[in-house]
Amino acid sequence: MKKTMYEKIWDSHLVVDEAGQAPLLYVDRHLMHEVTSPQAFEGLRLSGRKVRNPHSILATMDHCVPTKNRDLPIADPIAKKQIETMAENCLENGLNLYDMKNPNNGVIHVVVPEHGFVHPGMVVVCGDSHTATHGAFGALAFGIGTSEVEHVMATQTLPQKKSKTMQVVVNGALSKYASAKDIALAITGKIGTAGGTGYVIEYTGSAIRELSMEGRMTLCNMAIEAGARAGLVAPDEKTYEYLKGREFAPSGQYWDQALAYWKSLPSDEGAVFDATVTLDAADIAPQVSWGTSPEQVAGVDSVVPAPESFADETKRKACEGALAYMGLKPNTKITDIAIDYVFIGSCTNGRIEDFRIAAEVAKGTKVAGGVTAIAVPGSYHVKQQAEAEGLDKIFIDAGWQWREPGCSMCLAMNGDELTPGQRCASTSNRNFEGRQGKGGRTHLVSPAMAAAAAAAGHFVDIRKL
Amino acid sequence: MEPYKKHESIAALMNRSNVDTDQIIPKQFLKKVERSGFGQHLFHDWRFNDDGSDNPEFELNKPAFKGAKVLVVGDNFGCGSSREHAPWAIADYGFNTIISTSYADIFYNNCFKNGILAIKVDKAQLDKLMAEIAANEGVRFVVDLENQQVTTPGGNSFSFEIDPFRKGNLLSGLDDIGLTLKHVDKITQYEQQHKQNFPWLWV
Repeated sequence: MKKTMYEKIWDSHLVVDEAGQAPLLYVDRHLMHEVTSPQAFEGLRLSGRKVRNPHSILATMDHCVPTKNRDLPIADPIAKKQIETMAENCLENGLNLYDMKNPNNGVIHVVVPEHGFVHPGMVVVCGDSHTATHGAFGALAFGIGTSEVEHVMATQTLPQKKSKTMQVVVNGALSKYASAKDIALAITGKIGTAGGTGYVIEYTGSAIRELSMEGRMTLCNMAIEAGARAGLVAPDEKTYEYLKGREFAPSGQYWDQALAYWKSLPSDEGAVFDATVTLDAADIAPQVSWGTSPEQVAGVDSVVPAPESFADETKRKACEGALAYMGLKPNTKITDIAIDYVFIGSCTNGRIEDFRIAAEVAKGTKVAGGVTAIAVPGSYHVKQQAEAEGLDKIFIDAGWQWREPGCSMCLAMNGDELTPGQRCASTSNRNFEGRQGKGGRTHLVSPAMAAAAAAAGHFVDIRKL
Repeated sequence: MEPYKKHESIAALMNRSNVDTDQIIPKQFLKKVERSGFGQHLFHDWRFNDDGSDNPEFELNKPAFKGAKVLVVGDNFGCGSSREHAPWAIADYGFNTIISTSYADIFYNNCFKNGILAIKVDKAQLDKLMAEIAANEGVRFVVDLENQQVTTPGGNSFSFEIDPFRKGNLLSGLDDIGLTLKHVDKITQYEQQHKQNFPWLWV
């Protein structure tokens, strides 16, 4: 039978598949951060259970860590306790932790690929919805809750329901400065935040093949924003090239063996998907979200929609609510929206490629009056690489703040946040109400669009620069 | 986990769609290392005014919905972040049943780990239930998981589908991990095979 990549990974990880109970799926890699793990460790302790395979776990601290004055103690006592609890739990269970002072520290979904910890064909979980990022390597990677974190620690498995498969085909060439982020936002705009519910998405087509590994990570990262359980990109030479030589990648005699396996993973020619969605890359203008859901997006060359333009009553109501919260009027040109803040970073767009393209746009500009712009590398390795290339100087000369790594303003848990009413061009993944601070207004964009907005003080059609 | 028992309870109405987990439990409350005490922060930014007083405009602050165990809410409930703090907050507030047309995947799984029955109905049925509550705030629904039946006084009773595994766990209040560990020999066997097939993962 012809199989999709998802079906191949699913079948090879089935431990138990008996009538009357959910299939048990084996988990190869378990990623962790400080926010969604403490109650799982507590549960293990209370039940007298142990971590079954400590080597399957890689942990970091990212959500609550400060991005400046890192040498000072964490000011927020509750965040401080959460950070300390993470360190104690990892020590007690013999887990590999890149703590705040570790040179490998950074956002979990940026750090893990840097070390080659995820390979094609794996099942990967983390108590974090953006685990989907690792689908870029052809691994089945999805977010789980804290009870499931405990379950995986204790059993190395998870009861799972098999998902349906959706193929998202993106053919053609992207226009200059349109990026993986714009593809991700355009897909969410097209199918909606529940469009992928119950599905695992496989991204295919020539535009996907053209993306770098960083771009594929950005794309898969936002599979969850379309409601999908996971996103996948079939591995190819770019994947193998990226992995080769990294710390946890197979080496020596094992490399060829692993490679042969990886090459068997892509969906069989003629495999059937339950649904197919098609986009033409050439049609994807740089995207800007205008509302409070990642499906509320528009091309930069268009306008904020009017509620009446939605035939569906639910969408019309959602548009009304979003415009009220965002302080926007229908039919305002996207390029007329003025901003107060710019954030480049996060597990979506905090990799070296993101800072390179943003620096290219920021070079020789000045941050507009009244605008605060912060660049937050996804990890210390990204930060070092950027500094080695002189990118930090470009940002600093342009009036940006160059910070230490962390999740920062993607979810504003660490003190980096908007004040009520402030409007932000953000390279993160969610524009929910209050996500970047109570009353804060988030517009999701690519790094290049964020850098251009910082200089202009409003959104600009970067293709015209 | 407490076993789920048949109950008759007030059904509260939130006629909103795409309610995300950032609204259910805003991020400033995610720093705790305990599982308990999140109910007081449920829907915080909608529920309270800036001075900390109750926002009378917010649905769940209506006196008629006080003590509700059933939450009837619009499409795609619980989208966004995987935070299990969301169902912890919902359960701690007092809800044990949610009725909607659809839920985000991770949130849906998380509900059942915390004794919350998440019922799926079609749009027409949801509209009827919402209309019944709107017309008679404080109305009580009978939820019978054993027989997969919800009874309403306004004539909108219905039966619902649920995965038998999830149903069994809710009814027994059994620990998932304990159930899985019954298969520990198979897990060990799988791992031995895994080591042979993928030796590079075990060096």
